[in-house]
Amino acid sequence: MLNYIKLIALGLITLFAMIAASYARDLAYQVHAIIIMAVSAGLFLWTLRNTDEPVPAAVLETSYMDGVIRYGVIATAFWGVVGFLAGTFIAFQLAFPVLNFEWAQGYMNFGRLRPLHTSAVIFAFGGNALIATSFYVVQRTSAARLWGGNLGWFVFWGYNLFIVLAATGYLLGGTQSKEYAEPEWYVDLWLTIVWLAYLAVFLGTIIKRKEPHIYVANWFFLSFIVTVAMLHVFNNLSIPVSIFGSKSVQVFAGVQDAMVQWWYGHNAVGFFLTAGFLGMMYYFVPKQAERPVFSYKLSIIHFWALIFLYIWAGPHHLHYTALPDWASTLGMVFSIVLWMPSWGGMINGLMTLSGAWDKLRTDPVIRMMVISLGFYGMSTFEGPMMSIRAVNSLSHYTDWTIGHVHSGALGWNGMITFGALYFLVPKLWNRQRLYSLSMVSWHFWLATIGIILYAASMWVTGIMEGLMWREVDANGFLVNSFADTVSAKFPMYVVRALGGVMYAAGGLIMCYNLWMTVKRSPAKEAAVSSTAVPAE
Amino acid sequence: METYSFLREFADSWMLLVLFLFFVGVIFWAVRPGSNKTHRDTANIPFRNEDKPAASKEARK
Repeated sequence: MLNYIKLIALGLITLFAMIAASYARDLAYQVHAIIIMAVSAGLFLWTLRNTDEPVPAAVLETSYMDGVIRYGVIATAFWGVVGFLAGTFIAFQLAFPVLNFEWAQGYMNFGRLRPLHTSAVIFAFGGNALIATSFYVVQRTSAARLWGGNLGWFVFWGYNLFIVLAATGYLLGGTQSKEYAEPEWYVDLWLTIVWLAYLAVFLGTIIKRKEPHIYVANWFFLSFIVTVAMLHVFNNLSIPVSIFGSKSVQVFAGVQDAMVQWWYGHNAVGFFLTAGFLGMMYYFVPKQAERPVFSYKLSIIHFWALIFLYIWAGPHHLHYTALPDWASTLGMVFSIVLWMPSWGGMINGLMTLSGAWDKLRTDPVIRMMVISLGFYGMSTFEGPMMSIRAVNSLSHYTDWTIGHVHSGALGWNGMITFGALYFLVPKLWNRQRLYSLSMVSWHFWLATIGIILYAASMWVTGIMEGLMWREVDANGFLVNSFADTVSAKFPMYVVRALGGVMYAAGGLIMCYNLWMTVKRSPAKEAAVSSTAVPAE
Repeated sequence: METYSFLREFADSWMLLVLFLFFVGVIFWAVRPGSNKTHRDTANIPFRNEDKPAASKEARK
């Protein structure tokens, strides 16, 4: 019966997408309508073939739902490499503008590719990593199978459809020009549906847990899911110009719009890239170190302090703007206070290794997790410092900001995700161990040196640029034109791009290593196989 | 009083106090006497039920 309802719905969506494709007012909308038409037509055929077929036996509650996590791991590795390569390419575009090819103007120039890169690494690589690891962690720490049956698959495929729509939209010019929230209104609506399904799956699993307590990693994951839902809805309140076009108009205007945007933007960093990844940290670091977290009390205080403070920090993006002074001072003060819980969490993660520091010599995976905590500590010190109004007057609009973002994203988010992937692949594919530990070491060093080249060159070029912009002569005239700063930055741009090459090369080595782990690494003994479920 | 001024004054007085007291309460709750045993047990959750769900609440050890 359910299949008939699905068939009717999919048929109607396909029909509407066909009409929308023919009435489309712009190219991005037309391409999206065709993608949606193809996806829903494909799903229609697939559902049709399965309708009135014998129903497979109901899945017992005696195993974990790992299929969707395996797909999530593959998607994470794939989108990671895509995002790194896109980032490296646009870094070379900045150093060598000739790479903005004349034949690809309007599609592959820097302005179109930059949001593709940020969304590919944050939402495609980071988002898939968060969905996959949160599904893995919530099942293990709740001792319960994922709630909602195939809803987990809907979350995975729905989220990846969102990414494809977002990425193609950027290249074709379908953007609402909000940082980290570029997709237009219909893509935002689709993400809202997927995200609520994600919340339902996650919360449903927690509710039916067999453990009396909710492990701290799940608190972080849950705050990430709930807060991102709230931020996404408020920041994307807009009215479409036409139902057959991608253009929409924001509900908020002027400084209110700027404030809502950076309330969203900073909490995308705070809850997507920090709280969510801390959820990963609180599970995978103890597992890899084979000892419980250093202080569970500290983890509780870490959680509440982090979510109480982060939500107020957004206004530090709007120093010296039309925003009232009290609001930007509030953002600055909360950003500085935020330093403490951030370092509390870092210390909690690092001290988990106390008594097992020897593992740093023998286990490159734990080395990766430790360096990610190191970068977390470094960027959560740098961030509060840059939020101070006087420092911000030098750093804002310069490459220092880009360096800060990348030491956080490449160092903290990237490295902890690589650690989690190296942990997950042998477990999920039932292998004894990784294919090659020396390849993990290669990945570790390539990525670390790559980040250092990136961050160091951006510090130099950012501070230089800030000082050149404010330099005045004896009569009070500006000394440098904007183009002077651009030409002065050239050597640092080349170094930054080389850092990107190293980081992307590390990612490719990881993909090969994970692939060979699945293909070549010896399987675990059948006795501990998770696929063979004993009759109970 | 206009809505903006009312919310502005409410936010930096009573709401601030409530949130601050909640936060102080969380710290006291985390370090309350007798919480050590619970926290030790909870911190060890990742080392149980690695391969399959627990059959029942009693069987989780």
